[in-house]
Amino acid sequence: MSEITQPSPVAVSLGAVRPLLLNWRRHVPLLLVAPLLIYMLVLYALPVLAMLLRSLNDPTWTLSHYAALFEDVVFAKTFWITFNTSITVTLGCLILGYPVAMGLVRAKTMAPFILVIILLPFWTSVLVRSYAWMVLLGRHGLVNEGLIALGMIDRPIRILNTPLATQIAMIHILLPYMILPIANALRQIDPSLIRAASGLGATPFMTFRQVILPLSMSGVAAGTLLTFVLALGFYITPAMVGGPRDITLSMLIAQQVDQLNWGYAATLSAVLLATALAILAAARHLPGVGNAFKTSMR
Amino acid sequence: MILTRLLAASVVGLILFFLAFPIVVVAIVSFSEATYLTFPPPAFGLRWYKAYFNSEDWLKPTWVSLWVAASVVVLATFLGTLAALGVSRLSRPMRIFATGLILSPLIVPGIVVAIGIYYAYARYGLVGMPIAMVLAHTCLAVPFVVTSVTASLAGLDPRLEQASLSLGATPGATFWQVTLPLIRPGVLVGALFAFITSFDELIVALFISGTGAVTLPRRMWDDLRFQIDPTIAAVSTLTIVLTAALMGAAHYLRKRNQA
Repeated sequence: MSEITQPSPVAVSLGAVRPLLLNWRRHVPLLLVAPLLIYMLVLYALPVLAMLLRSLNDPTWTLSHYAALFEDVVFAKTFWITFNTSITVTLGCLILGYPVAMGLVRAKTMAPFILVIILLPFWTSVLVRSYAWMVLLGRHGLVNEGLIALGMIDRPIRILNTPLATQIAMIHILLPYMILPIANALRQIDPSLIRAASGLGATPFMTFRQVILPLSMSGVAAGTLLTFVLALGFYITPAMVGGPRDITLSMLIAQQVDQLNWGYAATLSAVLLATALAILAAARHLPGVGNAFKTSMR
Repeated sequence: MILTRLLAASVVGLILFFLAFPIVVVAIVSFSEATYLTFPPPAFGLRWYKAYFNSEDWLKPTWVSLWVAASVVVLATFLGTLAALGVSRLSRPMRIFATGLILSPLIVPGIVVAIGIYYAYARYGLVGMPIAMVLAHTCLAVPFVVTSVTASLAGLDPRLEQASLSLGATPGATFWQVTLPLIRPGVLVGALFAFITSFDELIVALFISGTGAVTLPRRMWDDLRFQIDPTIAAVSTLTIVLTAALMGAAHYLRKRNQA
């Protein structure tokens, strides 16, 4: 900084100490981050890694746990249910989320009101929201009573503890994760492009198809991936409102831990984690996804 | 034209109804006088709130949850703010490693985190100790503190710090008198998120709370296995109000900070 100016006598006398001081300064950022890094390594990352290692060394070093997965009917079925549920839920969120995102961006005076309705469930815990669906979908719940009152069914039908209940509740829980990135992308569209399109004679539908939809794809991609990855790991909701036989990967892992089958539980965990990471790694290369991810995570 | 707009508005309205309705129903049911779950309630009253406030079975987990969440706020805000101050100035490989590790709890499926923590904590006899809940929840809460403080720091004009330093303030004085007041909203938002993350957390609690550190979500979960009596609706409504108030505060702070 002050290389050009004449060094003061004090600075000269400190000359010998200076490199040391400079070195110390250079490590300040690392010293600030180190406590948290050590904390997280010891209390979270190493425990998770140690657990995952059990998939390879239980009882001795072996790949047999992974090899066994290929012939494992329970695993195949669970993986299929988990994947299938995640796809259904993601599609549901996309279909319901896109119109709301458009409504949110277009609305003027209503915008704060719409935002609160989107954020209120977002701020409520997954447990409470799953409980809300237990109340609504039960045998004597509001949905059954309503359908009977409308004359659509004669007696209560079973909705709670079926895959449908899981899907409805998960869509409800994950919808904000889809809406917010899409709204973010829609907000960044230059309004003059839309005016230009309609000025050139495009119908509102054509403007939507050819201008708005393509320009919002980065938000759609981000919301879809985020929703899908979060859906893969769902545990509480399917356990509470889902069918007793519709077990997701997370539920199977918890079951295996209860039975102290650590090798199997760790193998399933590794598969679940690898699937989530692979999807996110692939997603990083999509344009605009990284950015939208960051904003939606906050 | 008007018809299509009306149609679009009603579609959006219906989806918003779908979002809000379940939560409204829980709130309404919580004021029911009936001894079982039914909607609409035959009569309204505070019966289930009284049941909650008179039950040691519910109040004890509530205190555990509040204590754990408050401790998590202190620990996560301290560690997270320090880290946020350093992370942007790290060398590139170190920065990628640090952000990857710090943000990973947002991406790693909850069950994987939970059983990993259970696996290690059980070996050291930590299961059933409230302090173990604090240690584990801090890891889950810290990403929110780091992202929130980092966002505040990104909006900070570096010339303010430079001016302070060139006017002779020590780095310490510059931090306390210039940097910290400017990033305080970000730190507060991070702290609020940390509180809610811990207060609402269930999956880790299922594995490590044992019998000695039963938190409120864990107590609700245990109760739901046997019955869905309206006490849970009352507890849920109280937690909805608490978290919505805190989140609303966080949202307001962040908006005001951006403006």
